[in-house]
Amino acid sequence: MSLTSAVLRRLLLFAASLVGASALIFVAVNALPGDVAQVMLGTGASPEAVAALRERYGLDRPAIVRYAAWIGGLATGDLGTSYLTGESVVSQVAPRLGVTLWLVSFAIVVALVVAIPQGMVAAMFRRRWQGAVASAASQLGLAVPAFYAGILLVVVFAVKLRWLPANGYRPLIGDDGWHVREWAERLVLPVASLAVVQASVLTRYVRSAFVEVLSEDWFRTARSVGWTRWRALWRHGVRNAAISVVTVLGLQLATMLVGAIVVEQVFSLPGLGTLLLTAVGNRDLQLVQGVVLLLVGAVLVINLLVDLSYLAIDPRLRDGGGRGGGSR
Amino acid sequence: MKRAPLYLGAVLVGLVVLAALGSLVWTPYDPAAIVGPKLAAPSFAHPVGTDHLGRDVISRLLVGARATVAVGVVAVALAAGGGVPLGLIAGMSDGRYAQGRRGAWLSEALMRAVDVLYAFPALLLAILLAAAVGASTATAMVAIGVATIPAFARIARAATLTVMTQDFVLAARASGTSVGATAVRHVLPNIAPVLGVQASVSFGIAILAEAGLSYLGLATPPPTPTWGRMLREGQNVLFGAPEQALWPGLAIAVAVLGLNLLGDGLRDLLDPRLREVS
Amino acid sequence: MTPSAEPLLVVRDLRVAFGRARNEVLHGLSFTVGARERVGVIGESGSGKSVTALAVMGLLAENATVAGSVRLHGRELVGLGDRELSALRGDQLSMVFQEPMTALDPTMTVGRQVAEVLRLHQDTPHGTARERVVAMLGEVGLADPERVADAYPHALSGGQRQRCVLAMALINRPDLVICDEPTTALDVTVQARVLRLLDAELDAAEAACLFISHDLAVVSQVCSRILVMLDGEIVEDGSVGDVFTRPRHSYTQGLVATARLDQVPPGTRLPTVEDFYARDAGGRRGAP
Repeated sequence: MSLTSAVLRRLLLFAASLVGASALIFVAVNALPGDVAQVMLGTGASPEAVAALRERYGLDRPAIVRYAAWIGGLATGDLGTSYLTGESVVSQVAPRLGVTLWLVSFAIVVALVVAIPQGMVAAMFRRRWQGAVASAASQLGLAVPAFYAGILLVVVFAVKLRWLPANGYRPLIGDDGWHVREWAERLVLPVASLAVVQASVLTRYVRSAFVEVLSEDWFRTARSVGWTRWRALWRHGVRNAAISVVTVLGLQLATMLVGAIVVEQVFSLPGLGTLLLTAVGNRDLQLVQGVVLLLVGAVLVINLLVDLSYLAIDPRLRDGGGRGGGSR
Repeated sequence: MKRAPLYLGAVLVGLVVLAALGSLVWTPYDPAAIVGPKLAAPSFAHPVGTDHLGRDVISRLLVGARATVAVGVVAVALAAGGGVPLGLIAGMSDGRYAQGRRGAWLSEALMRAVDVLYAFPALLLAILLAAAVGASTATAMVAIGVATIPAFARIARAATLTVMTQDFVLAARASGTSVGATAVRHVLPNIAPVLGVQASVSFGIAILAEAGLSYLGLATPPPTPTWGRMLREGQNVLFGAPEQALWPGLAIAVAVLGLNLLGDGLRDLLDPRLREVS
Repeated sequence: MTPSAEPLLVVRDLRVAFGRARNEVLHGLSFTVGARERVGVIGESGSGKSVTALAVMGLLAENATVAGSVRLHGRELVGLGDRELSALRGDQLSMVFQEPMTALDPTMTVGRQVAEVLRLHQDTPHGTARERVVAMLGEVGLADPERVADAYPHALSGGQRQRCVLAMALINRPDLVICDEPTTALDVTVQARVLRLLDAELDAAEAACLFISHDLAVVSQVCSRILVMLDGEIVEDGSVGDVFTRPRHSYTQGLVATARLDQVPPGTRLPTVEDFYARDAGGRRGAP
């Protein structure tokens, strides 16, 4: 299996998953009992209004046709149009994309910065108290939902100490120039809430990846040529542990997006999460459909990239010979 | 000392289950009734105080445990019921005496299909269901259950593959046992311990998910108290009475911590090197 | 290297125990290795020979307790911190392990791994390091050393990887090289070649060697002195000639007898170690 076919295989898998996911979304939203138009307008709506809506958006067509129309629109970058407001999904998503992206990206970075050293300590000192402390800390982080962490942080930093605002958002670049400080201080607590939970999850995987490294033969070789334990762990261990860490990041992405949705709600941030939740409240099915597909699509794309990155990190996969092969 | 996590976890989980079951029989006050001043501080009459409407918080916490436990149990049961057979089939068709390439293909295809679900965390599924039919306890259970199917499918498949390489399975097949009987009588009992560990871990995740859904209003609707919604109500009075938000969150943390410790303890009990459970 | 009256490596009453229960695995070993001397360590699995090697290198697991004295060039190694020991490892003493297939970092080219050893202990600019690495790889008998230096370990065979490990162990011309069953995992034909290579390289580096093996025949090819280990103790210590012709301990007698099966007269029963040295049901030791 050469590199090209390995890449192709993954791309095909991605496409198939995307199609499967879109089908799932469509079925969940449209194929459930209840008339779509009726649901959207509510039980109090008049039959004429319902009929008008159905005709306007071709809701009489069979599900398959509507699905095909939706998917077809995707090819041109059209995620659908909200039946409720008449605006396109894309136009509603665009201004809110930035907020969610900032939130998730910063959270990932912070989580990594915390988890990698914490995991290394937990691994190196796993038989001593420092390791126990590191592990206990991550256990606590795992048991706490992100929004509870957020609320606690708000209590400490916004209510008691009054250092940071409790909610709200100011964009980085407004009509009157840059607002770095206001932008940053409104992101600190939300990012921290997400990152605390993520760091705990990552720490566990980082720890076990490094514990495995510590027991490898080549780690022992590295020490025998003169690397101290820490330097050997850093120099040789990180690259080998990176594979597990990258894997877990990819798997966690979906969870992080969900966490971001909730955190946005806690802190009233105008991101995709709050858009989605408002849409659910309004029974704006098209908007829900479109945004969910966007989110799921993003997760699938990231996982594809993670998959492809393995080919870069692990040289054994590059030659297509799999692991443990030898030539002569 | 080594078994401490296991025992601690069992105790915490036991507390929560006890609260849930006990609340069916008795609570200090009617959780829906207004029995005191609003936002009263903890006192002998109300050990954890009252909420923003004057209802006793402890009673609400106890009843809230019901929703938590119920959703967790049903969701995990759904996930196991859906995921384990899938994983079992995938594992057995991938085995040494499967139909060769066709079997491996089936195994692969099954797992790929299940993997699509990995991109759908419980919240997204719950959002989809809520948009279509309105939020309720049932939609929460289904959403969380379906979202957890991939985890069970994967672990069931991995464990099945391990069991399949053992000689007693080969012997069973060689003596004429059908595939179905082999699955039920030989494979299932041997993968059960690993599935048990996964169940504990998934239960914890389910509780976190339910709390999140409740917080967002996408699970059990009022007036039934749920820990997640109590957190939301507490957040509304954060600046005046920050303790209101403290207790339900603590309850959630205790429950999840207990389940995680239990899962870890069980895993260590079975085999210290078990690493596949996620 | 300041000449000292003391031999290169002096081990006195070395005791190693594991775990909280302090299970003692080495019960007070004492031996010496002189400069450029080749000492073989023979024993069955469980005799403690690998533990001895790791104890000298300071590479035992964290739950190991080490007591006694290990002096290299008169300097006490037991109780030395990781930093100071690391300065010595790869430079004054080095080790070659048994399993070449897993001994190298799979995510780094071989050349880089060998260069690391060089630049860890000697201030070598990048370009010169590369030259010396390629030269060393050629010296250990690898054909096309330039290509090997740029290759990843998974592209090399077991014999090739072991040669790379040897290159890493020898590039800084250490005074003591500890080999733990270096050829056991290799094919028989490759074994002989690697042994010859080891012999030549030790000469070139003017290094002493502690050669651990379970195979008396292999050890006698490379070494001038032999230590026989049994259950964590040294039961025999003498030159190769003495050990083969006049073994003192009954266990050694058994080993020697079974190493020379070709000298048994046809028709007679082949000897076993138990003929000379037996453990009864209670684990007590002694001649039968």
